[in-house]
Amino acid sequence: MKTLFIALKIFLFFTVLTGIVYPLLVTGIAQLAFPAKANGSLIVKDNKIIGSELIGQQFDSMIYFTSRPSAVSYNPLPSGGSNYGLTNVKLKNLVTERKHQFIAFNQLDSLTLIPSEMLFASASGLDPHISPTAALLQVERIAKARNFSIGQKQKLLQSIKELAASPQFLILGEDRINVLVLNLSLNKLDGNISNIK
Amino acid sequence: MTSQDFIQVILFFAILIGLTPILGNYMYKVFTGEKHLMLPVFGWLEKLTYKFSGIDQDEETNWKSYTFSLLMFNLIGFIFVFLIQLFQSWLPLNPANLPDVSWHSSFNTAVSFMTNTNWQGYAGETTLSYFVQMLGLTVQNFVSAATGIAVLLAVLRGLSRKTTDKLGSFWTDLTRSTLYVLLPLSILFSVVLVGQGVVQNYKTYETVQTLQGAPQVIPMGPAASQIAIKQLGTNGGGFFNANSAHPFENPTPFSNFLEMLALLLIPAALTFTYGKMVGSTRQGWTIFTAMLILLVIGLSISLYAEYSTNPIFGNLPLMEGKETRFGITNSVLWSTSTTAVSNGSVNAMHDSLSPLSGMVAMINLMLGEIIFGGVGSGLYGMVVFIIITVFIAGLMVGRTPEYLGKKIQKFEVQMAIIAVLAPNIVILLFAAWASVTAPGLSSLNNAGPHGLSEILYAFSSAAGNNGSAFAGLNANTVFYNLTLGIGMLIGRFGIIIPVMAIAGSMAKKKITPSSAGTFHTDNWLFIGLLIAVILIVGGLTHFPALALGPIAEHFLMNNGVTF
Repeated sequence: MKTLFIALKIFLFFTVLTGIVYPLLVTGIAQLAFPAKANGSLIVKDNKIIGSELIGQQFDSMIYFTSRPSAVSYNPLPSGGSNYGLTNVKLKNLVTERKHQFIAFNQLDSLTLIPSEMLFASASGLDPHISPTAALLQVERIAKARNFSIGQKQKLLQSIKELAASPQFLILGEDRINVLVLNLSLNKLDGNISNIK
Repeated sequence: MTSQDFIQVILFFAILIGLTPILGNYMYKVFTGEKHLMLPVFGWLEKLTYKFSGIDQDEETNWKSYTFSLLMFNLIGFIFVFLIQLFQSWLPLNPANLPDVSWHSSFNTAVSFMTNTNWQGYAGETTLSYFVQMLGLTVQNFVSAATGIAVLLAVLRGLSRKTTDKLGSFWTDLTRSTLYVLLPLSILFSVVLVGQGVVQNYKTYETVQTLQGAPQVIPMGPAASQIAIKQLGTNGGGFFNANSAHPFENPTPFSNFLEMLALLLIPAALTFTYGKMVGSTRQGWTIFTAMLILLVIGLSISLYAEYSTNPIFGNLPLMEGKETRFGITNSVLWSTSTTAVSNGSVNAMHDSLSPLSGMVAMINLMLGEIIFGGVGSGLYGMVVFIIITVFIAGLMVGRTPEYLGKKIQKFEVQMAIIAVLAPNIVILLFAAWASVTAPGLSSLNNAGPHGLSEILYAFSSAAGNNGSAFAGLNANTVFYNLTLGIGMLIGRFGIIIPVMAIAGSMAKKKITPSSAGTFHTDNWLFIGLLIAVILIVGGLTHFPALALGPIAEHFLMNNGVTF
């Protein structure tokens, strides 16, 4: 009986400490030190929240860079991948289909090497990045769809260069570019279309 | 693989090895009651814990009372987490208005977090309120890890003390592990994570209009505080469904590196604490080396498999279920580490790994989670294998087996065998049951040998208290919630109880000074023997099942066969 009471009391104590005090303390520090990040790295444009820098969005319009395939169509509730094994015929068919689609959509040569992240779905379904190579393959199509001048196209190539993130601290992770951020800078570049929905 | 990939892997292991003695030495001071760094900071909190709960911190108990306290404490934790899920809609901090959780899912989740498995049959962002995540799950993340450390400490006292039945106080061990090890590291780590972009707030989910004009609901919550302890406490239960693949749980390559390090940190450092406590750091490094060798072998096979080409996808890098920011190397380093350590968080979908990489992950689970393993549990699991190794070596040279000056006799070997058999029985029997019945088969996401792998992986994960999954398997059904729940209980307490019995029996023995005839347990010969015993036991038990699952799939894939 004595053990039971001790167990109950210490459980209550730790529930308050690690279940209430600890997360509140961390929230307090986080909100003071990194308020924007703690609240989801949200991007505000014209007083409206248009998304989070970290959460990828679905792009299928001709005038935007497309994101990676997603098993949840970029709906975060809930996040997740396809969970297809490599011998699953559905995966094989999807990859072939996406390849043809990417080539047709971007009017590329049928022998073009498509970066593999554009053919395979991500783990979270919310991957905000693609490789800079995958972005470059889409430039022609976007410039055409937006009637870009040669100067604007040069600027677009320049902004891909600037926005591409190399591995963190030179060694960690992979080359990547944030699709939402890139598309925002694309809209900025394109004066006529900056208010497009 | 590029040279940059190799540098990342080497850097990772170098930092891990460097931190092992530092944290290990600190934990030694904490657990033996010496003066240490955090005493001025949290010393008052320790006193307050004892005062509030009515604990006499110097009152040591025998193995039976120690185990009884442990079971009682865990039972209360289970009941609490079970109930708050059942009545979640009546409780506060539920801004998304999530409904009550089903009884079988509540049972499974409560068992899962109490046993340090953190298997998740549900999706966090659409199932559990902030109240349940914090007061239920975050708390269990701490105390289940502390429970593992407590058992290890009892075992260490059993090994290092002589002619006594006292193994220490469960309450003191629980309190010190939580206050001085898990809590300070978690606070530090969670703040760093927020600095990288992990969310930490109590806001309602944010509904936004995307650039293309579609609505998107962005989930929020106190994620960082839970993620820090889920990595450090070898828990692994994600705040969001995609776990550490979710950009809010693991936003950058740097956060990824730290989360991987956090997942191995305490189990690795405990080997050093082990050495200090039994009076020879060499003994600790011996175990560390054996674990590291097994980890590196697994990692090499896994990397080789992921970077190989196959006739189905040609030379396309296999990015299915992987995130762009991590790439293949960081995904595989994680998948190998998280399964070797009984963590179970993921940054890539294991279901979509190449067959051999998936098999390495599965073998790590099947060997009993002793390649660093869970916090505390990995090392006491390793003690079981050490006893068997010493016993076999004793048989070979015809001497009474000894470990650290203590004679290993019939009782210890019997208990060790029970501890080895318990999880393996769960894996083989339950997986066999699931593969021949409708409720087991109807949850599969993949056909062919990969389907068997999904079932095998699920029960290996439950029995090893790991919690990662071939997540295509729909485990949120009555059948899987119950069988996996029972599997987790057997995998946890089917080891803890015999191990505690061993500790109790060892404490009573005398310590014989080592002589010329003593079989040494701190050299390369012993490392080789230990690894051989682990692989033979695991191999003999699981090779037939693996041959039908991942191995068959590997050969079929290389012949271009799909299902």
